[in-house]
Amino acid sequence: MAKQSSFGNMLIVLTVITVLVGALLGYVYGITAEPIAQAKKLKQENAVKDVTPAFDNSPIDEQYTVTVNGMELKVFPATKEGEKVGAAVESKTKNGFGGEVIIMVGFEADGTIRNYRVLSHAETPGLGSKMEEWFRTERGSQSVLGKHPAKDNLTVKKDGGSVDAITAATISSRAFLDVIANAYTAYTNNNCDGATGATQQEKEADYE
Amino acid sequence: MNKLKIILNGIITENPTFVLLLGMCPTLGTTSSAINGLGMGLATMFVLICSNAVIALIKNLIPDKVRIPSFIVVIAAFVTILQMCMEAYVPALYESLGLFIPLIVVNCIVLGRAESFAAKHNAFDSMLDGVGCGLGFTIALTLLGSVRELLGTGKIFNTAIFPEHFGALVFVLAPGAFIALGYLIVIVNKLKTK
Amino acid sequence: MITYISIFITAIFVNNIVLAQFLGICPFLGVSKKVSTATGMGAAVAFVMTIATICTYLLQKYLLDAFGIGFMQTIVFILVIAALVQMVEIILKKVSPPLYQALGVFLPLITTNCAILGVAILVIQKEYTLLESVVFAISTALGFMLAMVIFAGIREQLSTTRIPKALQGMPIALIVAGLLALAFMGFAGIKVG
Repeated sequence: MAKQSSFGNMLIVLTVITVLVGALLGYVYGITAEPIAQAKKLKQENAVKDVTPAFDNSPIDEQYTVTVNGMELKVFPATKEGEKVGAAVESKTKNGFGGEVIIMVGFEADGTIRNYRVLSHAETPGLGSKMEEWFRTERGSQSVLGKHPAKDNLTVKKDGGSVDAITAATISSRAFLDVIANAYTAYTNNNCDGATGATQQEKEADYE
Repeated sequence: MNKLKIILNGIITENPTFVLLLGMCPTLGTTSSAINGLGMGLATMFVLICSNAVIALIKNLIPDKVRIPSFIVVIAAFVTILQMCMEAYVPALYESLGLFIPLIVVNCIVLGRAESFAAKHNAFDSMLDGVGCGLGFTIALTLLGSVRELLGTGKIFNTAIFPEHFGALVFVLAPGAFIALGYLIVIVNKLKTK
Repeated sequence: MITYISIFITAIFVNNIVLAQFLGICPFLGVSKKVSTATGMGAAVAFVMTIATICTYLLQKYLLDAFGIGFMQTIVFILVIAALVQMVEIILKKVSPPLYQALGVFLPLITTNCAILGVAILVIQKEYTLLESVVFAISTALGFMLAMVIFAGIREQLSTTRIPKALQGMPIALIVAGLLALAFMGFAGIKVG
């Protein structure tokens, strides 16, 4: 019963507790570090698989980075029997409602948007998560799937574009389309004739 | 004290959300859907049970003046463990709850129960108290989450009840959180006076 | 410069810490019955939030990151904030009794104000620089104060109004807060730079 407080026992108790806790946390950290890294990798792999046409190479291993608007974007090239079939770009923008929005965007070889997967965002709950569904739903002119960033005017209607923004989430919608535009820039800047990505690492993109 | 009574006390008599009005930040911030509310409730319950048990065990070893800091360290430890485990095994839920997981540390319910219950009772009773309060909190959050999800999107736990375009999105957004909780408390108050 | 203005406007109006991010709800609902107390609480939070953010930022960069013990973040931050609140209280008492008189009663409540810990963690997550973090902390605190004062003003009026019995107290306060949040949603879309 050490209920009486003296400087000594206060110091000892606090130190002991903190050290014990630190050790315990270190231990748990050791156990969970691997699954956390795996969960992140799996998410990336699944996202790439979801958005690109069928491939037989390993896009994760062949990834390279492109700098667009001062942000480093990862490009995962997909090839089948040596032919380029498209790519996934882990693209982002800082113009989201709550900051950064990161989306995996998949392109066909010619640059048509094939699919996308929202990886992380800080948008309003219930709105940001709508990004995942909204821009693939065939209603009005919501969907961006099958559109081509260079041929179709992929901005929200409010800005004179052709895409319906998410109701009550124009900023998130703009951010989404911004991500798509960045992804396309990253994709096309390294889409030169059949060269494998591995040789083009860290190529700077000119972007104004 | 009767064991069942300890649990029921947390769920009904001293329901953290509807009666004591504690822990409002996660209550409002994470209940945009039923599943998020449930997840947050269970996460808080885990911390409550563990920290209550440990604090009840070590309470006699702690000098009075560093009681609160020691309690906070214990609570923070369990929160961090929870945070790491969730990130490893339920990454999707971890992401949707976001900042509110580390903020369980400053949830007044957890420290409040440590102070008012665990510091005075044995470990087993304290765990039961954790279960009770945790359940009370979980039920409240799930209920609020369901109401907001239903009014906002027409779904509960992602199961469509009515078509989505009849939903008033505002209930999923910030203002709806305040308003929905306000009216839920009105209903609870009404039921209590009957 | 434009970055700082953008952070400033966003933190006060667009992403108001209370009305859009649900942090610091407890003091927002608890000490908002009078405008004067609300102002005091707001000032105390602004004071502690700024100092706490600087301290935790430096600790994160030079202690946690340097030694690779990021998992101690929550514990270190909450202890620093608790210690800081105590220190601020002691120092204020010695150095500036009038300020202590004004803010003193609110200081103990601040340790469990999740807005402080929330902002400390947010600036790390957002990968702000030190100066950006400070601007973010100050503007967030101003946003908190703004919400508090407006809310307290409405509640002062409410106290003289006849309200149905079941709605009295917390329910009507929550509904008012909801309407206030609705009003603040009007700031969404404001963009600087």
